[in-house]
Amino acid sequence: MQNEFNFVNRNMFDLDDYSAEEILQILESAKAMKEINSRSYKKIPTLRGKTVCTLFFENSTRTLISFELAAHRLSADVVSFSANTSSLSKGESLQDTVLTLDAMGIDAYIIRHSYPGSPQMVHKYTGKPVLNGGDGRHAHPTQALLDIYSIWEKRGSLQGMKVTIVGDIAHSRVVRSNLIGMKKLGAEVTVCAPRTLMPGKMEEIYGCKVEYDLKTALTDADAVMGLRMQLERQKDGLFPSLEEYTKYYSLSKNTLKWAKPDALVMHPGPMNRGIEILPEIADSKQSVILDQVTNGVAVRMALLFLILGGQA
Amino acid sequence: MKILITNGKAFINDQFVQKDILIEDKKILKVADVIEDAADRIIDAEGKVVLPGFIDLHAHLRDPGQIHKEDIVTGTAAAAKGGFTTICAMPNTSPVVDNIATVEYIQRKATDLGKCKVKVIGAMTKGSEGVEISEYAIMKEGGIVAVSDDGGCVQNAKLTQNCMKYAYNFDLPVIVHAEDYKLAGSGLVNAGKISSQLGLGGIPGLAEEIIISRDIMLAESIGVRLHIAHISTAKGIELVRKAKSDGIAITTEVTPHHLTMNEDAVYGFDTNTKVKPPLRHEKDRQACIAALIDGTIDYIATDHAPHSDYEKEREYNIAPFGINGFETAFASLNTILIKNNKIDLNTIVKAMSEKPAQFLGLNTGKITEGYLADLNIIDLDADIEFTRETMLSKSINTPYINQTLKGKVEYTICEGRITWEAE
Repeated sequence: MQNEFNFVNRNMFDLDDYSAEEILQILESAKAMKEINSRSYKKIPTLRGKTVCTLFFENSTRTLISFELAAHRLSADVVSFSANTSSLSKGESLQDTVLTLDAMGIDAYIIRHSYPGSPQMVHKYTGKPVLNGGDGRHAHPTQALLDIYSIWEKRGSLQGMKVTIVGDIAHSRVVRSNLIGMKKLGAEVTVCAPRTLMPGKMEEIYGCKVEYDLKTALTDADAVMGLRMQLERQKDGLFPSLEEYTKYYSLSKNTLKWAKPDALVMHPGPMNRGIEILPEIADSKQSVILDQVTNGVAVRMALLFLILGGQA
Repeated sequence: MKILITNGKAFINDQFVQKDILIEDKKILKVADVIEDAADRIIDAEGKVVLPGFIDLHAHLRDPGQIHKEDIVTGTAAAAKGGFTTICAMPNTSPVVDNIATVEYIQRKATDLGKCKVKVIGAMTKGSEGVEISEYAIMKEGGIVAVSDDGGCVQNAKLTQNCMKYAYNFDLPVIVHAEDYKLAGSGLVNAGKISSQLGLGGIPGLAEEIIISRDIMLAESIGVRLHIAHISTAKGIELVRKAKSDGIAITTEVTPHHLTMNEDAVYGFDTNTKVKPPLRHEKDRQACIAALIDGTIDYIATDHAPHSDYEKEREYNIAPFGINGFETAFASLNTILIKNNKIDLNTIVKAMSEKPAQFLGLNTGKITEGYLADLNIIDLDADIEFTRETMLSKSINTPYINQTLKGKVEYTICEGRITWEAE
């Protein structure tokens, strides 16, 4: 495995810092990692002696476990810090928390935080590489990389692929990182939501298509992704009821007919079955939802390997 | 005490002319081509401009109650260093300035220990809670120059109407921080490109414009003097322009940061860019510049809002709103606007001295014999660096921290007393 590009000690705040070629290099590395994960002995010694710290200020199951597994399989030591975001404004500042941990000798940080820009702060205080595990509504680059990997693995390339992302675009960090990454690799991305859940200026910022009607959005799509719809948005006055949302914006057997017959069905999880995606679709042959989870470990291994300068 | 300023280019009757200026005690005694009178102190202003002392209609001194951010001593020292001779203190201290005792506390401390004059703005409602009118008349006896619930905004239109009627009754202007709370929501930055891209909550221009619109209509029906604080959007400016052409008694101000920066400053999540109203789109900034030139915007006011390092050194969502403004105000305008020929020096100086003096009805703001000797002397080409070591404010929460700008205040003279002298 050759490290053709210089990834060493870089941050992964979001995909906008990486070129299309670099993203493809990460995918290639992830492919090699996936092979390792398919072995009966799923571990290589490449990051032995390195210490990775996960800082999770927001509840997470899959992202945390995925990162921990990735680090373990590369033989890095992992320490975990978790805190409840609601106590943040009263408790120890992020600066003090991070400086304290850093004094113990950490080589890289993985942070999940409900406030945008937190990964940048961790890097500012420590000078160590930081991998963004999701910062508020801002970015979730490793999720985007595993989504991209899942399409790339099945189709060989994202060039010219029509990808449609449906759901609560306004509150989604997944969609922002995916837009950056998928556009760089040449995909045509369409985002779809009712206007109350669509942020402003999306075309201008990302060069994507914005649709408010599901049929138009899904027509001829090569891949469709549903986003988690949260009930509290109803209380915020953003939509009237889950029933109405489901009727007009869910991915179902009926609505998927508008997409290409072999369109990939994706979801970053956790799913609300029966709301943004119906079980008939989530569990269908077209679904790559569990592949996404599998690929997540490989993608995160690849990133840790590249950034911490692992030797093959 | 007599001070003689020689060889400077003084701003007199809208132009810069080489004049000597003699100050005796608190007043400007003589302005002439050459003055050869004896003086206790002679200041050679060769190569520098002599301007009327700046007047800031909008500042937060944080005293009483928040003196870890600033106090009257450090705040007025920072103001003097920025060339200011009069500043207006907003009432959102702790306790809120909604009573005569707090008005008197601020004025006494400023008089005894301050480096510039401090005028007090009283709270529009008790505790600035937007429920009951505060004691305007008693506070006016104590010296308040206007009422405002700045930092917040009375949401209830009926109460706003009553506050305006009551303020009109006692001939006090009403200063409005225009913000509809529901539209602003939990917003942090300008709604649009920056909020969509960074995933930070957006504050739409509408949150400001709807309140400006409401308050223009209320003020028109009453006749009260309405002053819109820190205007930031093109549409808000249009509303004020229309109101002025309709003959409504309305004035407005803009901050140096809204004139010199746009929302792009937020990239990188520097919490020193977190401010209300938020840094807006470039077209809004251009509208502010144009409106200052055509007179729709009357004044430049700093909205000096100091916050300590440990408060600003937090996640963008948690850090408080506000930019530290006294020391960087003129230098940022000089460097970014005047030096680049976007606005001329005359317009900036009048918006920072003569015009706000008229708003306050003060015998200052002009270099004229008989006026108060409130002046500053500035080297427009000299570098000034802003660092923790060089700043006099207790706080350093400015996007210009660790930058070097042009336009160094060499001296500030307030009522004949040298209140700032550069090394």
